[in-house]
Amino acid sequence: MFLGTYNAIMNTIEKLEILADAAKYDASCASSGGARKDSSKGKGVGSTGGAGICHSYAPDGRCISLLKVLLTNVCLYDCHYCINRRSSNVRRALFTPEEVVELTLSFYKRNYIEGLFLSSGIVRSADYTMEMVIRVARLLREEHDFRGYIHLKTIPEASPELISEAGKYADRLSINVELPLQKNLKVLAPEKNVTRTREAMQTINSRITETLVTRKEMRRSKSRAKKPTFATGQSTQMIVGADGSHDSDFLKRSEDLYGNFNLRRVYYSAFSPIPEPSVLLPLKSPPLVREHRLYQADWLLRFYDFQVDELTTSEEPDLDLDIDPKLSWALRNRHVFPFDVNSAPLEMLYRIPGLGVRNAQRIVRLRMYHKVGLEDLIKLRVNLKKTMPFMICSDHHPAKLEFSNEDIRLRFSPPPKQMELDFSAPVIGDKVIIENAETVTKLTMEAGKEAMHGEF
Amino acid sequence: MKTVSIEPNFKSWREMSRLLLGDMVEPANVIWRVGQLYPEESGFDDEMFFEFGKQGEEENAKGYQRTSQLPRVPKHFMSLAETLSSHRSGKQWAMLYEILWIITYGNNKAILYHHTHPTIRKVENMRKQIGRDIHKMRAFVRFRKVSAPDDDNSGREHFVSWFEPDHLIVRLNANFYRKRFAGMNFSILTPDECMHWDGNQLSFTEGVAKTHAPEGDELETLWKSYYRSIFNPARVKIKMMQTEMPKKYWKNLPEADIIEELIRDSSDRISDMMEETNRELKPRPKNAYLDYLDELNQGE
Repeated sequence: MFLGTYNAIMNTIEKLEILADAAKYDASCASSGGARKDSSKGKGVGSTGGAGICHSYAPDGRCISLLKVLLTNVCLYDCHYCINRRSSNVRRALFTPEEVVELTLSFYKRNYIEGLFLSSGIVRSADYTMEMVIRVARLLREEHDFRGYIHLKTIPEASPELISEAGKYADRLSINVELPLQKNLKVLAPEKNVTRTREAMQTINSRITETLVTRKEMRRSKSRAKKPTFATGQSTQMIVGADGSHDSDFLKRSEDLYGNFNLRRVYYSAFSPIPEPSVLLPLKSPPLVREHRLYQADWLLRFYDFQVDELTTSEEPDLDLDIDPKLSWALRNRHVFPFDVNSAPLEMLYRIPGLGVRNAQRIVRLRMYHKVGLEDLIKLRVNLKKTMPFMICSDHHPAKLEFSNEDIRLRFSPPPKQMELDFSAPVIGDKVIIENAETVTKLTMEAGKEAMHGEF
Repeated sequence: MKTVSIEPNFKSWREMSRLLLGDMVEPANVIWRVGQLYPEESGFDDEMFFEFGKQGEEENAKGYQRTSQLPRVPKHFMSLAETLSSHRSGKQWAMLYEILWIITYGNNKAILYHHTHPTIRKVENMRKQIGRDIHKMRAFVRFRKVSAPDDDNSGREHFVSWFEPDHLIVRLNANFYRKRFAGMNFSILTPDECMHWDGNQLSFTEGVAKTHAPEGDELETLWKSYYRSIFNPARVKIKMMQTEMPKKYWKNLPEADIIEELIRDSSDRISDMMEETNRELKPRPKNAYLDYLDELNQGE
């Protein structure tokens, strides 16, 4: 690969176009949860530690919070779902570390971004690449005293020392698992390996914990020495619909990673058509609603105390696309309902379909003062339609209304599509060509209608 | 019925409320006016006007003694009232007094957590609007560079931005901006009030018209190409974008210029992608590092 020739003729705009385009399939954009720091006593700019800020939104509904770029899209690996794999003919480019630093600072000072999310194709070796990535972060932090957010993509095969160094400068580290099962990685991403990824996540997790402990001890002993810094969290991403994995495979992997390595977030990214498609890939992208259901299930695992085997079963390893996973669980477990919102413990309120964590907590507070009735729930903007079959309140008992599982399911499923004459777009091979923007917009908007905020 | 007039700020409201509480004036009997101190403008005959601080002192308090026995209220209420002061509607003052009355004479501090109480719902809603406005100002201010370090003697870059907040929140965001951009000079101009940072001190000046703000910045071309490249045409979700970035902000966002174009071209870009023929698999090239990885993988 003759990088020199590419660089000589390419200006920053061209490079940015290629290297941002190459980075857009990474869904993570979080800029929250960094350690509290700001530029008050520094010579540069930057602050982190509050809620994340989304500085813009692209028409794909995704927030733009960080300058998300690759250092280079030249890559030794051959991951078939990835536009940058070595066998693709995509145009290649390479930023110098200084160029990325300059872009980050210029964007930051104009308040376009919260910081930098830097990733890279693998050039020469994992360590060589990791060192280049670290160099950017070190320049930002040490030369420019930049105190904004830095998210570095980590390569599992890089040496633990380099991973630790990356963590010193970053607010967040991440390694993408990409696919939940090793057997599928072997086919689609032959260079990647789940075991090595888990080991690297373990390394990161112990550094995070160690740093927290050391800092705490130093605070307690009122030590004046400089406290060690390290990223405060790690995250990962999986591609949905590129292989035959079931939703249960994804959720079990997430449960593994949340449980063992304390991940902040697992992102799910519906496989979407890329230029330079590989023959090993499915011809159709999965419905976006599948990604949405996975996020909902993920939420239930993390905040509602659900277990994976409650959400999916061996008979039904995939989530129901028509209704949300909590409602789906409730329909399979009608015998435990209804719960009385005036007496059931908080954890049980969490299980009522249509009732979120916040409102459940408000109800618990409210019922200390008076019996909670439908009117209260309406004022709290509880989704009554969904909640009523499953709960009792002072002036409502579902037994009187007799909701059957079929009724409830129908009520919350998308309306059936009427059969129509086929005016649809021409089909070439198995690929449907979507003809106009309205169709694309309509389809995708339907799918993402209830998408949760903060999903990306 | 009393009509009282205050300046639209927390301090003024608090002084007035202390007087009213002292005189045991029930919330239903007060009409709150903002920023107009002339009695003839009001339509009521039996009104009494308080000028804060003065007139009230002469009257003997029947309820709370306003100096020695100030009413105690939860901290939460104070912060609520302070935040709500910046609501542009002017409707918050009466509601806050009503809540204050319930806390003090009604001896009911729990009212603050009574989320279904009509007034609490309204003020919580107002607070949400202000919180959102503060957040959006942090997100959507766009600085434009007006001078480089060597343009003057300061040795510092200077950036200026124009923003139109829904509520009177400029000062609520002052510390955020000072801490974030300590290393550069900046001004945020708004129609209500402007904020300036010179590296040592924050200062505030009166609101200005948009014409005072600079137009354009050389970096905007790069920023737009970033915006264009990071967009994934395969998943257009316009409604989602607009919920988070309502159109009213677009006029001050440089990247908004190309939104329409991106949406228009997205379907063509997708069909082009769909028409591409799949790339054939290629054999693994000779490479020492790939051999090493292969060995690792075989070992497992």
